[in-house]
Amino acid sequence: MPKPKVGLYWCASCGGCEEAVVDLAEKILDVVAAVDIVFWPVALDFKKEDVEALSDGEMTAAFINGAVRLSEQEEMVHLLRRKAQYVIAFGSCAHLGGIPGLANLTDRQSIFQYAYRDAPTVVPDDGIVPRQQVTVPQGDLKLPEFWERVRALDQVIDVDYYLPGCPPTPTVIANALTALLEGKLPEKGAVLAGTRALCYECDRAATKPEKGCTLSEIKRPWEIIADPEKCLLAQGILCLGPVTRGGCDAVCVKGNMPCTGCFGPLDRVRDFGAKGLSAIASLLDSNDEAEIERLVNSIPDVAGVLYRYSLPASVLFKSAQTKGDAP
Amino acid sequence: MAENNYEPTIVAFTCTWCTYLAADLAGTSRMSYPANLRIVRAMCSGRIDPQFVLTAFQWGADGVLIGGCHPGDCHYQEGNYKALRRFKLLKKLAAELGIEDERLRLEWISASEADRFRDVVNEMVEDLRRLGPRSGVGEAKPVSASAAEEAIHA
Repeated sequence: MPKPKVGLYWCASCGGCEEAVVDLAEKILDVVAAVDIVFWPVALDFKKEDVEALSDGEMTAAFINGAVRLSEQEEMVHLLRRKAQYVIAFGSCAHLGGIPGLANLTDRQSIFQYAYRDAPTVVPDDGIVPRQQVTVPQGDLKLPEFWERVRALDQVIDVDYYLPGCPPTPTVIANALTALLEGKLPEKGAVLAGTRALCYECDRAATKPEKGCTLSEIKRPWEIIADPEKCLLAQGILCLGPVTRGGCDAVCVKGNMPCTGCFGPLDRVRDFGAKGLSAIASLLDSNDEAEIERLVNSIPDVAGVLYRYSLPASVLFKSAQTKGDAP
Repeated sequence: MAENNYEPTIVAFTCTWCTYLAADLAGTSRMSYPANLRIVRAMCSGRIDPQFVLTAFQWGADGVLIGGCHPGDCHYQEGNYKALRRFKLLKKLAAELGIEDERLRLEWISASEADRFRDVVNEMVEDLRRLGPRSGVGEAKPVSASAAEEAIHA
């Protein structure tokens, strides 16, 4: 039997997802032995033409990481969708929009203005801005279009499975690959990680505050030296473990850092940020309006905390991107 | 949409023990208020998940009103305090997402305060008429990079 063909591609992302594949360490040799990698721009010298040369559906799976920001990315994911039987959104950015998705809080013009004019490291009068097309003696040079909005992968193409995480952990990746190779994939649309909240697999769960309010001060991780045994929420550090999908084995919390929600929402949650908001608000230790306001105002950048990985997939932004789906 | 024809839609989530009864009393007392309100009855203001509020906006609401019992009067003892905590945080989030202050409101209205219910609705409808339709949140408009470049040069 011929080996299944697999492709990997990155869109708007930091490169961490590619690194995560390399982090499979010795297991990557098993992967290489089991599959035929036909496209992986970051590591292997295949070109777009090589993918175009494949017949439709010839690739078993395309692992795509990163959000969709540029016209080039949009074109490539459409191409990969055509060539692959399964498209797997790899990592938070492809799954929910990820960190690049926070750019949706502003617009493209402001981004360009800051990046090429106002940022402290930019020499303002050098006149250099990226142009979509430039003519040089050798011919025309073209850059992809920079869309107004960042989108999660499933807002652009049909996605079969999701591998959450920023980046997905080696265990999550290895499990997904095994399921794929053994043909034991779950129902289409599934997120290939845990089905319970992170707290269930956290070693500190026993010290988690269960009843009543507890947060009388909200501290940022650098403000205190956290007790490595005790629930971070009980110590006043905002940890999104109660509302985040498990499956990562609580790696951040083991490193004494709070969960920031990269595995995204649990199955029946419509909006990760709203659910996280509920969880945090329920913990604020006060019934007094002024005191509640003081606590709330001590959280800088609420949208950044609650939608760090999921702004394009949040109900408000998603609705604007897929208008007409609401009843 | 022409500004003078604009009628805002307000979704009101009201607790069954106080604010919903106030709305009921306003009706049986033949009080009148604009027909811009859509009431969703919840057992307690503490049951109103922030997801409900965002979904209302997603489906096109111009404003959301949350109504609960006065502090100390909650049928479930503390539900309205829970609503208050969520509301304060939601308000901050909404501002960061570009939802104006007038569009999201929390009011304590007891079962006997039909006139207060009417006044709050009137006031909110007026505020939203003045504010106009909601816009800007996540509008997807692919514009070419050259247009943005021109904007910078302009």
